[in-house]
Amino acid sequence: MAAFETSGEKLHLLSVLVENKAGVLARVAGLFSRRAFNIHSLAVAPTEDAKFSRITMVVDVESAPLEQMVKQLDKLINVLSITELSPEQAIQRELLLVTVDAEAAVRGQVIELVQVFEGRIVNVGHEQIMVSLEGAPDKLDDFENLLRPYGISAIQRTGRIALPRLHN
Amino acid sequence: MSSGPPTHGQPMNGGEALIKSLELEGVDVMFGLPGGAILPVYDPIIDSPIRHILVRHEQGAGHMAEGYAHATGRPGVAMVTSGPAATNIVTPLCDAFMDSVPMVVITGQVPYAAIGTDAFQECDTTGITMPVTKHNYLISDARDIPRIVREAFHLATTGRPGPVLIDVPKDIVDPKNPRSALDWYWPDEVDLPGYHPPSKGEPEAIRKAAELILASERPVIYAGGGILKARAAEALRELAELCDIHVVTTLMARSAFPDTHPLALGMPGMHGNYTAITAMQQADLLIALGSRFDDRVTGRVGAFAPEAKIIHVDIDPAELGKVRRPDVGIAGDCRLVIEELIEALRELGGTPAQPDRSLWKSTISGWQETYPLTYEQSAPGELLKPQFVLETLRDNTPDDTILCSGVGQHQMWASQYWRFQHPYTWVNSGGLGTMGFSVPAAIGAKVGRPDRMVWAVDGDGCFQMTAQELVTASAERIPVKVAILNNAYLGMVRQWQEMFYEERYSEVYLSPDLPDYKMWAEAMGCVGMRVESPEEVLPAIEKANSINDRPVVIEFRTDASEKVFPMVPAGASNDDVLTFQSQFGENH
Repeated sequence: MAAFETSGEKLHLLSVLVENKAGVLARVAGLFSRRAFNIHSLAVAPTEDAKFSRITMVVDVESAPLEQMVKQLDKLINVLSITELSPEQAIQRELLLVTVDAEAAVRGQVIELVQVFEGRIVNVGHEQIMVSLEGAPDKLDDFENLLRPYGISAIQRTGRIALPRLHN
Repeated sequence: MSSGPPTHGQPMNGGEALIKSLELEGVDVMFGLPGGAILPVYDPIIDSPIRHILVRHEQGAGHMAEGYAHATGRPGVAMVTSGPAATNIVTPLCDAFMDSVPMVVITGQVPYAAIGTDAFQECDTTGITMPVTKHNYLISDARDIPRIVREAFHLATTGRPGPVLIDVPKDIVDPKNPRSALDWYWPDEVDLPGYHPPSKGEPEAIRKAAELILASERPVIYAGGGILKARAAEALRELAELCDIHVVTTLMARSAFPDTHPLALGMPGMHGNYTAITAMQQADLLIALGSRFDDRVTGRVGAFAPEAKIIHVDIDPAELGKVRRPDVGIAGDCRLVIEELIEALRELGGTPAQPDRSLWKSTISGWQETYPLTYEQSAPGELLKPQFVLETLRDNTPDDTILCSGVGQHQMWASQYWRFQHPYTWVNSGGLGTMGFSVPAAIGAKVGRPDRMVWAVDGDGCFQMTAQELVTASAERIPVKVAILNNAYLGMVRQWQEMFYEERYSEVYLSPDLPDYKMWAEAMGCVGMRVESPEEVLPAIEKANSINDRPVVIEFRTDASEKVFPMVPAGASNDDVLTFQSQFGENH
């Protein structure tokens, strides 16, 4: 079991393959709420085969043992398989959109940060700019922390998606 | 429609296909109540050999289906309409989910295009029932009906059994709607890529379990409801006798092992008997078979059976380690695993390879002698003791009588004082603790086993919740017998208020005379009797036993001050079990 910590929570990364049917996400979410398990983040989309979807979820294991979560998830009829991905063995990506204060006096600094992180400015206003950044979740955390002093007025992250690393 | 199986490709409407699918699943009876959205499915019932029992309230349909399933092992089937009918059957669904009862419930739904518009009698039935079903379906296409019915019965009856709900929008079953047209087919097999219930145990784990059994000095078999679900009562008996190990049967496992057997310890748990509770507490090995370490069995989990190693066999892998970490966990079907275990034990030398357990056995028989179940007989002129009524009923009914109960004191006394001889003779609501379960469940059991005498033991509080189904029983000529233990109180609540709330009796008094149970029974087409003194008990029971053309209700006026003992107070350790007052000297 490969745990990683973010601000005190003990988190695990699960990749859950499900049938792409109506209500499956409600079943997964309902199970977590009914059994008092915590979801830290969740991303879902169809896979290469349109009959299936993959849910990448980060779960907080402080609330219940991971083994219970996995076994209860596995009982859902529409769940085909559950894989725990350790951060070392997985490629993880997340997308972030942020609107940050960038008045003329500091705009150069903000743009420089965006360039260092290889983000993209996607919208520009008089006082603010909006930036998109894709990358590993840690990189997004760092970027968010560095931007905060300038004033973040809105931020939206997608939650991470992940696939196992290839073995060469 | 009703004669012979339809041919592949035969044009049909969704309602006909639904009923035909039920017939092909072997359904002989269903319990239900029609209404607007389900009307098109009720029409083909007229031409079907399936017997339909018209209930008076949809909750009754659900509990009847459960009672039928408990008594027969076959899935119970209930069908009701949309909206309030669907919400009325949520309680039985949850009850069946908690007690792993195989059941298929069909609900009507507003036409597919109207879903989400807050249409008349619309309700998000699949949304509401998602957490209380093993699985549920909202059908969107008439062509899916045969496949979904097939899947629903497969899911309800395999693996850990449970309720499955099928929500049927009206348009796909209404012959007047083109969306209801389909060409008939019947799938040869189900295709559920995410469903692989375990069956046999893992050989390595079986061997380890056998070694633990052979090394143990103080073993106890902790048999749960899974034994009955797996049809494993015979295998259980063989295992117990092979290794000469005592067996406790939880509330859900009552009747899985004969109470008259020398190795039977009876029921453990909050109101279990002293020996069953204490043998588990002091065991060095618990062999948990189809049981789930429920809080009513374990008491305070941290103090439960502290020295015991655990072998845990369950068909649901999620039960292994959920409450107590097993030393050997085996995900598998109880019957198959027990059979494998017996084989492994024989290979390892069987009974001769076991340590001498005579000290343990004599300790157990010592407890049995010192702390038997007991109560004080009532003095002349006093109200009846409920235990006396149950003993008299027990001793004057056939061994294979099916006993059903509601929830509360009467349920605990029934479980304590009955001597079950045959599997599937005990029908009750364990996990959910559904008051009102008894009468409809007894009706369902009698429908499933018309050859058996069926008695419902009920409390006055419980009886008032679902008594209307006796109208159903009278109308359908289902001759169940009901013994109401009328103590004029919500008895178990009263017991807790007396013991834990300083005798402050808040909202717990029901009155002995209101309603008049005898007149109420008669108004519902039953024979009604009232019994107030000990000498009337037996004649009333004998009269009830002789009536076989209509339901019978006997109201027994019982002593409200009588409490269920032994008792482990909620949250206490099983070491702190309270026995009968007369035994306090020995115990404390």
